[in-house]
Amino acid sequence: MAAHPERRRGTLSRAVWADRRAEWSLGALALVVLALIVLMVVTVMIKAWPSFSHNGLDWFGSGGNVEVQLRSMRESVASSGHSLYYFRAWPLLWGTLITTIPAVLIALVVSTLAAVFLTEFAPAPARRVLEPVVRLLAGVPSIIYGLIGILALAPWIDEHLISNSRKQSVIYVVQINGNNLTTATLILSLMILPIMVAISTDALNAVPVSWREGSAALGVNRWRTIWRVSLRTARPAIAAATVLATARALGEAVMLALVSGGRAFGANPLDGLTFFFEPVRPLAAEIFQESEGISLGVLGHTIYAIGAVLLVSATLLSLAGWAAKQPLNRYGSRS
Amino acid sequence: MTSAELLAAPPPPTAPAPVRSTRERTSSWPLVDRIAYALCWAVGIGLCVIALAIVAFMAVKGISYLKASMLTQSPQPSLLQKQSGGFRDPILGSLLITAIGIVIAAPLGVAVATWLSEYRRPAWLARAAESAIEIVAGTPSVVLALFGLLVFSQSFLGFLSQRAATGAVTGESFLTAGIVMSGIGLPLIVASARETLAQQPNQLREASYALGRTKATTIRRVLLPASRRGIATGVVLGMGRIIGDTAIITIVLGGAGGKLEPAGHTPILSLLRGVGSTLTSYVYYQSPAGDGNSHEKAYAAAFVLLLMVLALNALATRLARGSAADGGDRRRRPALRRPLLRWSR
Repeated sequence: MAAHPERRRGTLSRAVWADRRAEWSLGALALVVLALIVLMVVTVMIKAWPSFSHNGLDWFGSGGNVEVQLRSMRESVASSGHSLYYFRAWPLLWGTLITTIPAVLIALVVSTLAAVFLTEFAPAPARRVLEPVVRLLAGVPSIIYGLIGILALAPWIDEHLISNSRKQSVIYVVQINGNNLTTATLILSLMILPIMVAISTDALNAVPVSWREGSAALGVNRWRTIWRVSLRTARPAIAAATVLATARALGEAVMLALVSGGRAFGANPLDGLTFFFEPVRPLAAEIFQESEGISLGVLGHTIYAIGAVLLVSATLLSLAGWAAKQPLNRYGSRS
Repeated sequence: MTSAELLAAPPPPTAPAPVRSTRERTSSWPLVDRIAYALCWAVGIGLCVIALAIVAFMAVKGISYLKASMLTQSPQPSLLQKQSGGFRDPILGSLLITAIGIVIAAPLGVAVATWLSEYRRPAWLARAAESAIEIVAGTPSVVLALFGLLVFSQSFLGFLSQRAATGAVTGESFLTAGIVMSGIGLPLIVASARETLAQQPNQLREASYALGRTKATTIRRVLLPASRRGIATGVVLGMGRIIGDTAIITIVLGGAGGKLEPAGHTPILSLLRGVGSTLTSYVYYQSPAGDGNSHEKAYAAAFVLLLMVLALNALATRLARGSAADGGDRRRRPALRRPLLRWSR
């Protein structure tokens, strides 16, 4: 931004003092926002600490049933042989991993194809339709995705994809219905798709035309040009998009609480096809479900500990997204 | 053929100027490439179909279950469908929360964006504030809600919410939920305000300085008015995000899809300090996962919510189109492209 001439002359008239005051008050507001955010990180950590300190690194490990552990905290009756703080989050972590990773992978493939379509192949009318469609998909609130999932997609999956014999085969372990891993993953991938399409499209648009023309002049066909030149140039942005979408998927609570099934069950891939129809419970959904117990001491600390894990992972992912975008600066193209 | 004949003869027909067909010719491509090309089209069409299906499904279900009485009746705690009322209060609650959230987030966001874009001194503070806003943008809203509830249940902030019979501050009220909501609107507003301010050409600033205006006056009288459409886009998008959030409402405003319950008797303050519900928490309450469990009401309320969000989206798109037309210096930067989706970074 251009420097103000008064600064350069160094005279301090009254107007300049007013100017300084404006700068300081705006700066103070920025400082307040910064302080609040630091306060947020710190308080969540402090509130979470008892849960971590009582369990040590085993907090992240497996052992016992999460639901039973949380119930004993709610009723403040420690189960035999354990302290009240006893908590093993692995089923929840596992639930987060097996919903987030497949959803992100699906969204990565689909969004890359969609971005290529938008920037390269789509005729103008198709583009005029598709751009608002992406914005619309991004704008639909997660509760509506969840409602469609639980009232439309889940009953359909329950009826058509899960056979009765499959339900009977696991009835003594877990009841399976339409609210399951597959439903959750499918809707989650749809929810993170718009961000990825948007970031990838902007990155593909930023690829210099001359690079693509150079490739085309060598007789390379259009698709190979896109594959070898455009997508390769946009790779950092696509990586950043993937990372940011992962952060969003991690934090999705409401939709997952609705469609991922009512139980904190660690779905087991060794169950074969049944695995895809087993209920899961990711971290954010668990916070949402247990939110009524926040004011209860031990249960509260445990919920804040789950929140702290989410906060740290989201921050690390933001950082990774920033790092992934750095190579783009070399080309002087911004995403 | 003599040279005279050659000259007399009409010129040989030249090949017509190559007209680029709008559709790609793929007949010469290898099979793999053609499959990839087909997949691109399939994904493009598929996305449109999915979006259309979502809107059409919600519209069909919503219109078939929505009754005018639902918009005017308050929800009643009853298990019987006939007696559980409508969702007038959740609609009011949604509007109230959005208003509170945006009234806080908009000025704060514009102020921070102005400082980040125009002053940025000291540099370390600017970097720190930028990273902090990135962190908030990436923070799941459940975690924001946890933090909000923790802060607002401190006893010295009791005036914002209510005290339980035991004397403990609940931290649950429209005011506290609105303040937490401003946290999810803020990154969007900061991002779009910064982007628009950065697009204002330097001549604009220099012309104002040449007229003897100070920097603060330049910002207030020249730069902010010139960027108002871009800022408005961010504000509208922020409203869309706030109105659609469920986690913060359930945790900071209380979960049930009930009536507005003012606290005390002061006209406006009692409403702000009171609890209630919004459309999002009402939909959750009426979904199979909630206690109300009524398809019809959930669909009808979700349809109303979707209409609100779509209206906000359409408004944002209009504003953004306008700001791309009048913002920035088009002559010098013809290739300036509007981002497809304003994301908070």
